[in-house]
This record gives sequence, structure tokens and C-alpha cells, in this order.
Amino acid sequence: MAGSGDLPPGPTATPTDLAAQVEAAVYHKASRRDQWATLFAVLKANPLTLIGFVLVAIISITGLVVYLVPLITGLAGHSVSLLPYSTIIPSGAKYLAPTWAHPFGTDGAGRDIFSRVLAAVPVDLSIGLSITLFALAVGGVLGLIAGFWDTPGTLGGITSTVILRVTDIFLAFPSLVLALAIAEVLGRGFSVALFAIAATWWPFYVRLVRGEVLAVKGAPFIVAAKAAGVSDGKILSRHIIRNIAEPLIVYYTLDVGSVLITFSTITFLGIGLPPGTAEWGSMISAYQSDLAFDAWPTLFTGLAVFITVLAFSLLGDGLRDILDPRSRRALAVTSASAGELGPSSTTS
Amino acid sequence: MGRSLSDLVVFIAKRMVQLALVLFGAIVVTFVVSHLSVSNPCLTWIGPHAGKLAYQHCVSYFGLGQPIYIQLYHYLLTLLTGNWGIDQVNQQPVLGLIAQYFPATFELVIAALILMIVVGIPLGVIAANSNGRWADHLVRVFYLSGWAVPTYLGGLLLAILVAPALHIAPTGAFTGTPPFPQRTHMSVVDALLAGNLPWTVDALEHLALPAVALAFFNLGIATRMTRASMLEVLPMEYVRTARMKGLKEFMVLYKHALRNALITTVTVLGLTAGYLLSGTVVIEEIFQWPGIGYYAYESIESYDFTGVVGTVIVFAIGVVVANLAADILYGVLDPRVEWR
Repeated sequence: MAGSGDLPPGPTATPTDLAAQVEAAVYHKASRRDQWATLFAVLKANPLTLIGFVLVAIISITGLVVYLVPLITGLAGHSVSLLPYSTIIPSGAKYLAPTWAHPFGTDGAGRDIFSRVLAAVPVDLSIGLSITLFALAVGGVLGLIAGFWDTPGTLGGITSTVILRVTDIFLAFPSLVLALAIAEVLGRGFSVALFAIAATWWPFYVRLVRGEVLAVKGAPFIVAAKAAGVSDGKILSRHIIRNIAEPLIVYYTLDVGSVLITFSTITFLGIGLPPGTAEWGSMISAYQSDLAFDAWPTLFTGLAVFITVLAFSLLGDGLRDILDPRSRRALAVTSASAGELGPSSTTS
Repeated sequence: MGRSLSDLVVFIAKRMVQLALVLFGAIVVTFVVSHLSVSNPCLTWIGPHAGKLAYQHCVSYFGLGQPIYIQLYHYLLTLLTGNWGIDQVNQQPVLGLIAQYFPATFELVIAALILMIVVGIPLGVIAANSNGRWADHLVRVFYLSGWAVPTYLGGLLLAILVAPALHIAPTGAFTGTPPFPQRTHMSVVDALLAGNLPWTVDALEHLALPAVALAFFNLGIATRMTRASMLEVLPMEYVRTARMKGLKEFMVLYKHALRNALITTVTVLGLTAGYLLSGTVVIEEIFQWPGIGYYAYESIESYDFTGVVGTVIVFAIGVVVANLAADILYGVLDPRVEWR
């Protein structure tokens, strides 16, 4: 409704007004209430997506609480952590099996595994989210450029070609090997591990975004907007980005898990972080030598990685079906409530 | 442009030029990154107790005092002559080491691909055929679980918990030298060539766990692609016709529908094969599988430039060749594709 309210009245419309009119006509906005109803119906039809959604919410809240509570209470004078035990100082006998006092048992140093697993949530989660965000920003901008200004012979065309060739080179790289090499030579450390993965992660997004831009660019509503004199910047920000957002959201969600796995692989191989850090990959790396006689530490830490990655995958995989018009049709056939899905879709 | 053989040759030639450029770029980037980030690998190579003279000799011998572009120029020249440098740890030519390690990795990747095809594709068919029902959800949970178990964790659990329970050899390395010539350096193939059945079984046993670990992580790709393309094919009229004329459901699904649905799956699997190659790094480290991933990790650990750059080149070639193979395969399978 907000869009149509901006329309200039009368026949005295200037070219700019015409552009605004075209824009408003192109956008059929669903009301907010409609969108929530749709989301609810879709989640109901997709139990696995709902599970993924709930798990992601729980994990994110846990991460926030574990990270923020000591910060806030620290500001008030005395730092209080919500973790049951210290992650460094032993809190019980060594190699305890799970009990009420130590739900996940204790490790070879007598440290509470439950506390360590929880302490690692903000670390691993923030890495998964931040590296994908960085890759999305860098790869997204490059992909937009390469997709939108690709007329051969122009400055934009040449820029696009250069971007795509460089992307090809980085795509051919074994990212894990390169990340390992970078992390190994730059030394151990959080920022090094971050840099190592970020440096190899963005090319996927260039390809993805460029492909989506190319697919949308020829659509009649873009041609109409161009003909009406809407500026390139406005077409990009108001039309193209909004229309390629859905596949990007899906890919981003799935990718958080991939980054988490790659990061913990690097730390598992003993390269990313200083030993003793409460981070899932490093913990499994440290616990693996006990695996033959005490599997609990490895199993519970592994379970944390598993559930986190699975949660994001379930959510992303479900989002793919929900947001992709083709699978959405298939969904509509099988679920009774899916009839509500049609009108509020924004892509063609 | 059409589908004649000459079109195919032109297509392949064009792609080869592109791929050569990609490879060149990959080599340059790896070389520069690895050389800029370690200022003095000689400190590691000659050991902590070596004298100043040995150090200076090392620096001048490897030309480390020269500007990096000159080092790069010399490296590229020697690469072209087939001399990939000397591995500083083993004191052997890198190319020879790669030739020795690569077949084992190739064997592992092929075994994993076979597992992915044999298990992943039927699962995709089942999921698509019961779209939205419990079997679909079950398959989805299964392949997403494979995806969510990091390779290192799956590998560890298989090696330390599953292998003893099943009485399977936990690592990839044979304890002794097999009593037959190692012609291909692929243990199963070598044993088969020698006609030695017990050794073949033994070799397969060694191969089983690493291959399962590698395949399980990537199973979702085959399943997800098959499911998606089956969902497109199943509502088509020719499938309905096949059902209508009373064909068995198995024939309809696997002969008529899957044939067309497979085109995308096979292409994506081809692309994946390239990435499987570098995905072996962790698996080979855990299972002590004597392949290129194992060698790559050892080289990184010992700051061995020549080894790192050499293995990165091999991995990049793998991705690039897999890309080309996938393109060709797609064209061969889909008669509508024209070679462009």
C-alpha cells in the first residue's frame, strides 16, 4: 500500500514521475500480516524447516547469552558467567561419564565438557555468520558489477571480464588447502584463521550473484524501468537486489554450516587456534586421543557441531523449497495450507 | 554451431585455453602467497642448529634473496620443463612424489563417487517419488546428517569406534609391501592385476572406511540433485503415459524418468569430483591414506613451498579437468545442447 500512496496524480507527469509510477506498478507489496501468515503456513507444512528454524533460534540465543552475560555483569563490577563451571579450571575428577552435575561428563583434565561446549557456541557461530557475511558482501558486489555492466567493449564489460577471470582462478583453488597454508605460515590465531577462510570463500558468491543478475536483467519489468529512465543505481538497489535476494538467503543459510565445518576442520588439524581454546574443532582435536577409551568428550562436542550445521541446513534446505517458485508449486500440491502461498510471492 | 565432431573439438580447444589461463593464475597466486607469507623458509629447512654458512648457502641456492617476480619467473620456467622442484623434506623431485601419491587418492575418489552414485541417486528417486511425505523427510534428514557431520569427526568415529567393532582395518596403509608389483599404485587395481584374490579383499577392506567417510559427507549432492530433477520430470506427460500403459513402477521411475533426470545429476557429480580431490586432505590424514592430500598436509606442516605449490597445482588441475569433463558429459547426455 505504501508504494501506491507515493504516486503523483494527474496527466502532468514528468519522466521522473513516470519512472516512479512504473516502479510502483512493478512492486506488488504484500502486507506485513500476509507475510506472517504465509510464513506460518509454510512452516506448518514443512516440519523439518520448523525444526531447523527453532534450533537456529535456540543456538543463536544461547550464543548471545553466553557471550553477553559476562560482558554486561562485568560492566556492573563483578563478572558473572551463566556457564556452570570454568572452561579452564578442572571442576571434577578426570574422565567422568555424564551425570547430573556434569551433563556431558568431564575430559582428561577434569574440565566440565558441557561448559566448554557452551562456551564455544559464540565463537563458532560468530565465525560461521561473519565469514559468510564478508563473502556475501565482497562476492555480492563483484557479482552485481559483473552481471549488470557486462556489455562487451565498454569499461563495464572489461571490468566484468577481469572479475570473472580472477574468480575462476580462485574457484579452482582447493580452499581448504590454501586456507591451511595461509593459517600455517601466518601463525596461530583467531584473526589468521578468519582471514584464511575469508580469502578463499568469496568466489562462490560472485558466480551465484552474477548468474541471478543475468537471469533477472532481461525481465520485462527491468526493461520497462530502464525505458522509463530509472537510473542504473536505482534499478540495482530497488529492482535487481530485491529480486535476487531469495536464492541468496537460501545459499547464505546453507553456507553458514559449510564455513563452520571448514573452520573447525582447520582448527581440528591444529592450525587455527592456540591449544586449549574452547572451540569445537580444537576440542575434538584434543579429545581424539582419548576416543578409544572415553568417547563422551568427542561425541558431545561433535554433537554440537552436528546439530548446529544440521539446523542451518534444515532451515536453508526448507527455505529453498519455500522460496523457489517451482518447488513451491510442488509443495502446494502436497500440503493443504499451501494455497495461501501464491499471492505474496515477489518473484515471477 | 552444431553437434558434429569438429564442433566438439573446437569447443574443447577453446575451453583448454581458458583452463590454461586459470591454471596459470592459480600457480601465480599460490606462489606469491606462499613466498610472501614465509620470509625465510631456510630457517626451517636447515634445522635450528645449522651454522650461518649453511643458511647463506640455502638462501643463495634457492634464490631467496632475489625479488619475488624473478623467483616466480624461474619457477614457471622450470615448471614447464617438467621439473617441479625438489621436496625439501624427502629430498625427492616433487613431480615424482605426486605421481606416486596421486593414484591412491584417485582410487579413493572413484570409490567415493561410486558409493555416492549407488546410494545417493536411488535415495533421490525415493524422495522425489514420495515428495512431502515421511520417506522424503527421512531421506532429507539422512543426507543433511551426512553433510552436518564434519569429515574429520566422521572419519575419527569410523576409524576408532566402527573399525574395531567390524574388525576392519582402520587405516589405509598396508603394513607390509604386497607380494606383487605395484604397477598403478592403486592397491585394489594392483591386487586385481596380479590376480591375487585375498589381497584384493584386503585392499578393498582398507579402502572401505575412508571411501565411506568421503562419500557420506558429499552424499547430499547426488541425492538433492536427483530429487530436484526427478520432481521436474515426474509430472511430464511421457511419464504419465508410461504409467498408463501399465509399466511396473520400478521401470517408470528408474528407466523412463531417471534417464532424463540424470543429466543434471551426472554433471554436478562431475563438478564435485574435482572438489572431492582436495576434500581428501583430512580423510587421508586421519586414515593415514598414502595419497596426495596426505602429502599436501605434510608439505604445509613442514613449510615446503615446492610441495605446497605442486599439490595446489594438482588440485586445481583436478577441478579444472572435472569442469571440462562435466561440460562435455552434459553435452553428450543432452542431445539438445550445442557445442559453443
